[in-house]
Amino acid sequence: MSDMDEMEDGSGVVKKFMFLNRKAPHGTVYALEGLEVVLITAAFDQDVSLVFTDDGIYQLMKGIDTKGIEVKDFSKTYRALEGYDIEKLYVDRSSMEARGLTEDDLIVDVSVLSDDEMKNLMDEQDVVISF
Amino acid sequence: MQFGILVNEGPYNHQASDSAYLFARTAIEKGHKVPRIFFYHDGVNNSTRMGEPPQDDRNVTTRWSKLAEEHGIDLVVCVAAALRRGIKDELLAPGFRISGLGQLVEMGIQYDRLVTFGD
Repeated sequence: MSDMDEMEDGSGVVKKFMFLNRKAPHGTVYALEGLEVVLITAAFDQDVSLVFTDDGIYQLMKGIDTKGIEVKDFSKTYRALEGYDIEKLYVDRSSMEARGLTEDDLIVDVSVLSDDEMKNLMDEQDVVISF
Repeated sequence: MQFGILVNEGPYNHQASDSAYLFARTAIEKGHKVPRIFFYHDGVNNSTRMGEPPQDDRNVTTRWSKLAEEHGIDLVVCVAAALRRGIKDELLAPGFRISGLGQLVEMGIQYDRLVTFGD
């Protein structure tokens, strides 16, 4: 297969995709539908990084219970990300601290990055999609 | 340069789809390529031909259809987001088609830039 053929169907090309999760898990659909894109991107064997920043930190908070608002609780999916080979999870330190949270409040293991570290990680990406 | 465009908001209640349209049109005018535009979240509402805005206002959907026809742009609407919001094949305006999120990922893999419009 030539390089051109590979480009046309995407197979064989691996790019670095970063997904910026910036919004609270409920109240809008962005987090839920954003997660769908993350899973599909992993299914295309791309290099996926997930960043949780701003109110997006709340997506990873322990003890979410959506019964009262009668919407689907999809937080279990974050625990299953390893099964999709998605292991690069990053949290923005200043966003986390501004909300009075620590790593112990989160349902998965993450790397906590400073603003500078986050900037450098973002610089390395080919594609950044923000939800 | 090849631009992929992702539209994440519906028409009229948000500037995003207007901005995306103006960006796409300008990019093409300046000699760039916009092979595909992907509609996600409430962005899927850009695709329905059922809208009837007042005559003295722009028709966002018609504008997309015209741009697509003139420049051979593939207007793709996410199937899951569309079905959730009652958008089906029989409601689509000319130039739009319903397909999967894989079409969005392909844009990221194949094009030079992927530009997102929405909050």
